[in-house]
Amino acid sequence: MAEETLTRAAPTAPAAARDTPRRGFGEGALLVNAIFCYLFLYVPILILIVFSFSNSSLAGVWGGFTFDWYVKLFQNTRLMTAMGNSLYVATASMIVATVIGTLVALGMERFRFRGRQAFDVQLYMPVVIPDIVMAVMLLLFFSNAFQLLNALLGSSFRLSLTTVIMAHITFNIAFVAVVVRSSLKGFDWRLEEAAQDLGANEFNTFRHVTFPLILPGIIGGALMAFTLSLDDYVISYFTNGPGASTLPIEVFSRIVAASAPTINAVSTVIFLASLLLVSVSQLLQRRR
Amino acid sequence: MEGLPPVSDGIAIELRDVVKRFGEVTAVDNVSMQIRDGEFFSMLGPSGCGKTSTLRMIAGFEFPTSGELLIHGREMGQVPPYKRPVNTVFQSYALFPHMSVERNVAFGLEMKQVPKAEIAPRVAEALEMVRLGSFGERYPRQMSGGQQQRVALARALVNRPEVLLLDEPLGALDQKLRKEMQAELKRLQSLLGITFIFVTHDQEEALTMSDRIAIMNQGKVLQIGSPTEIYERPNCRFVADFIGESNFIDGTVRHVEGNYATIETVEGIKLRGIAPRPVSTGAAATLSLRPEKIRLTPPRENGLNGQASSFPVRVEQIDYIGSDTRIVVRVNDKRTVDVWEQNTLSTLDRDAYWQPGEEAVLSYLPNNGLILTE
Repeated sequence: MAEETLTRAAPTAPAAARDTPRRGFGEGALLVNAIFCYLFLYVPILILIVFSFSNSSLAGVWGGFTFDWYVKLFQNTRLMTAMGNSLYVATASMIVATVIGTLVALGMERFRFRGRQAFDVQLYMPVVIPDIVMAVMLLLFFSNAFQLLNALLGSSFRLSLTTVIMAHITFNIAFVAVVVRSSLKGFDWRLEEAAQDLGANEFNTFRHVTFPLILPGIIGGALMAFTLSLDDYVISYFTNGPGASTLPIEVFSRIVAASAPTINAVSTVIFLASLLLVSVSQLLQRRR
Repeated sequence: MEGLPPVSDGIAIELRDVVKRFGEVTAVDNVSMQIRDGEFFSMLGPSGCGKTSTLRMIAGFEFPTSGELLIHGREMGQVPPYKRPVNTVFQSYALFPHMSVERNVAFGLEMKQVPKAEIAPRVAEALEMVRLGSFGERYPRQMSGGQQQRVALARALVNRPEVLLLDEPLGALDQKLRKEMQAELKRLQSLLGITFIFVTHDQEEALTMSDRIAIMNQGKVLQIGSPTEIYERPNCRFVADFIGESNFIDGTVRHVEGNYATIETVEGIKLRGIAPRPVSTGAAATLSLRPEKIRLTPPRENGLNGQASSFPVRVEQIDYIGSDTRIVVRVNDKRTVDVWEQNTLSTLDRDAYWQPGEEAVLSYLPNNGLILTE
């Protein structure tokens, strides 16, 4: 392989080929590296998809083609409920975190205020802090807060799907803010002045100029929030209440109990759904 | 905004004792000026002189720390930009990248809720005016710098502003395009009769384009006047130095006579000149003398007429630049003077021109020498 690329690198290129860059050993190595990267990422997914159609109750054994597991999956009310819960949590936390995270990003990029540095550092804590720490922290917070509130107000707050959503919003704000801020780095603030100069008030300036221009960043942040929420196990496990399992929790409990090929099927469904989501967002961003 | 007819006696913009501070820094320091209707007015100065801050206050992007800012007689100091009858052309153009040229130009009209039927013809007219009639469908990124600049102009002018503000609009263009755009701006200004306020650090640009120029430095306005006034009668050393080139010869005022004064240098040379500001005998002053206003003549010949100030010099250095010859003459050990002579005769004729080492008499007319005290 290396020998072949080296021969190709010899400077015997005819005049016509001279304006295309020469391929050297480095470029060959880069290609091999890229191939390995993609294999590493996608072979497990491929295997997962293949075995979701395997007519065998053992998750790793091929037993002929079947749609059975998909039928079983959609008939399995517990898995379907968990999936519904997950989508609900992901959607709700994505919406709230995207709004707050975008506002945070705009505020941080636009204004210079006292305590900005400190706020900057604290904002990204959820990104760097281990999930387990965050999970314990949130659990402690919720149980103490609820104890206090319930004692004071006579209410009956307790862990539920809502607390999972709140927990997810907490870490998603940071991720959305990071993504939106990076898209704001290249934003020309003169455009806002230009809009105001042309008679647009603050709201119209945001609506017609700032928002459309940073929308790709916001969509990117929202998708990331959605995916992170869908994917989260540790924090959801600590903060959910009885009967409020999300999909990862349900899947994991099944894997532990007994391997069920329906898990392959549900994973395939989620993979294809997220692939669709990412493709759509890419298309949307390319169109502008 | 288009309600009452303005009561302003032909004054488009008036600043009264305007101060702008950013924290500890005073960017604009007690500026007062009146800009007339239909005038091409330039603010000229080195970077950081406060010209851009002044323009941004007129546009409404900054509010004055103190002082009054009137647009056609109405106090506008604290009014947001979208409620002012002025429009800006930005140095970076600031075109909306996600909108076509047409949509960019229509933006201001849409924001002011001009009837839809009126928008399209006005946009077309504005694009026609900047000779971009067929470019409406394009996006800014598909256009050259000069074309983008013209879109920015159309986008501002389509709103029929009372005053157009231009913030170093030609700064990013190359020399040739710059000349073209200068002509274009002058053409549009006389066509529309709108007041233009133009910020630049390029003195040649300001001199060729402006009706009047304000020279600014360190947040202060030093002089406001027509290009010829600014060039021929600078009121202080900074203006004389900033606009064009000048020789500065320090001395002490010995004699004052009307507008004229005579200074004496340490060497005892007496120099007469006109004093734009009153001077008094005994004060320290500087003679400012433009190199092209000086005549060099052979020692025994009569130079300029009898009123001229003159003193002997020795030619030291000759720089031939085609149209002109730039000569450095030496007065004594410590002092040289720059002289520019136009090459009206053939420079191949060596006898017609000065050679290093020759003795000469330097003379100038007193109304071309300026006695400045600051």
